[in-house]
Amino acid sequence: MTRFSAFSLFAKALGGHQSWPEQWPDASPKPAYDAIIVGAGGHGLGAAYYLAKKYGITNVAVIEKGWLGGGNTGRNTTIIRSNYLYDESAHLYDHALKLWDGLSQELNYNTMYSKRGVMMLAHNVHDVQSFKRHIHANRLNGVDNEWLTAEQAKEYCPPLSISPDARHPVLGAALQRRGGTARHDSVAWGYARAAAALGVDIIQNCAVTGIRRGADGAVEGVETTRGFIASKRVGVSAAGHSSVIMQMAGLDFPLESYPLQALVSEPVKPVFPCVVMSNTVHAYMSQSDKGELVIGAGTDQYVSYSQRGALHIVEHTLAAICEIFPIFRRMRMLRTWGGIVDVTPDRSPILGKTPVPGLYVNCGWGTGGFKATPGAGDLLAYTMAKDEPHPINAPYNLDRFRTGRLIDEAAAAAVAH
Amino acid sequence: MRRPPPLWRTEMLLIHCPYCEEQRAEIEFAYAGEAHIARPPDPAALSDEDWTQYLFIRSNPRGRHHERWRHTHGCGRFFNAVRDTATDKFEVTYKAGELRR
Repeated sequence: MTRFSAFSLFAKALGGHQSWPEQWPDASPKPAYDAIIVGAGGHGLGAAYYLAKKYGITNVAVIEKGWLGGGNTGRNTTIIRSNYLYDESAHLYDHALKLWDGLSQELNYNTMYSKRGVMMLAHNVHDVQSFKRHIHANRLNGVDNEWLTAEQAKEYCPPLSISPDARHPVLGAALQRRGGTARHDSVAWGYARAAAALGVDIIQNCAVTGIRRGADGAVEGVETTRGFIASKRVGVSAAGHSSVIMQMAGLDFPLESYPLQALVSEPVKPVFPCVVMSNTVHAYMSQSDKGELVIGAGTDQYVSYSQRGALHIVEHTLAAICEIFPIFRRMRMLRTWGGIVDVTPDRSPILGKTPVPGLYVNCGWGTGGFKATPGAGDLLAYTMAKDEPHPINAPYNLDRFRTGRLIDEAAAAAVAH
Repeated sequence: MRRPPPLWRTEMLLIHCPYCEEQRAEIEFAYAGEAHIARPPDPAALSDEDWTQYLFIRSNPRGRHHERWRHTHGCGRFFNAVRDTATDKFEVTYKAGELRR
């Protein structure tokens, strides 16, 4: 692996950038591994990287049905924040946020993490009270989040309309300054490159078709379209398809998979300095470094694996965007797409051990998994290496749906995650 | 009845209401979750595992899915449907209370 630096860039420039080697080899499956991760998205590749880096388990395969980073890693709106209400959530998401800091340096790959601030608009008395409650809860957990008046919000984000005549007047906003965006693809590529350099095999175009269990019930390996691969430890990080994979091991999961859509506009010059979310009218937006406005729409109402959604969902979001940001009314939209998100009943992930020995799971991130990428990878690696959950992900067990100890961010975070 | 456009051209689902006997646009309907999940006849007798199963566990298949819809902006009635979740294509819709297809 060539280390990226100003010097290597200069040296390769002399050759017209023709001599860059491949960033990671396209591996073929070996008969057996010490650990297998199912799903080569940011979460799965992150887990493989931390297994190799922190716990010295380098004989690892990451198995991917399609291509690397082609699922929800390549389909999200790249927003990063950690201002969640409950203690468990604040610890989990802030763990990830801390790892985002310095990730580019650690991976020697620019993830383009930009702390441009995530601002959540309050449009009515309920929003004001609820956001202030969030702010106080966040501060108790050491998570930055502050209250802005409407004028301060306008100052922070000039395109915002705070006219009192607006259909959805802005009464104030909650701002997490450490929040922001990152380049989604480069997170997956950075982890893949760093993991491969430590000896991890990344195997694409290899769908898991079954999970083989021994007489004692423990995992023995996975059946794939490219043959059986043996491993005593299998971590599933398959996003929308998690419940399908878990059923191969005979486990029913409290998950439902929905299409979630997003869209981007034509690229324009820098005009939008931060991330703005409005949960009440369901609109959120940021501007990518390429210049496109990146807009997140809602989930479709029905369960689906089709990776496409209905147009009226997009229309609904754009109507809200036009209302809050009148300057974008004549902006043209360029692309729209869908990803399949696995949603749990309490809108919090399931991250830890399963009733099957040797089988670990990282799923249920629903509509908000990208922000947690480094944290989820790190905690899945910890859980797989130690065969016990880290204190941060211990509450995110499957058993909470039996005990009733839910982490109910569904009510706390409203729609936009 | 107008022939529905091919799937790749539809902008939303077209759903056949078995009561109105008409194919209408998705925005007239509300999705109401997986079908044929029976309410426990004696809730007090249920174990924690049974409650988990009833409240939280869903089949979430990639393929044939039995689901409930309500024709909210039409007749207002609930009905059941079988839809392929990989293609979003409806196989059949049938009235509530009829046997699982």
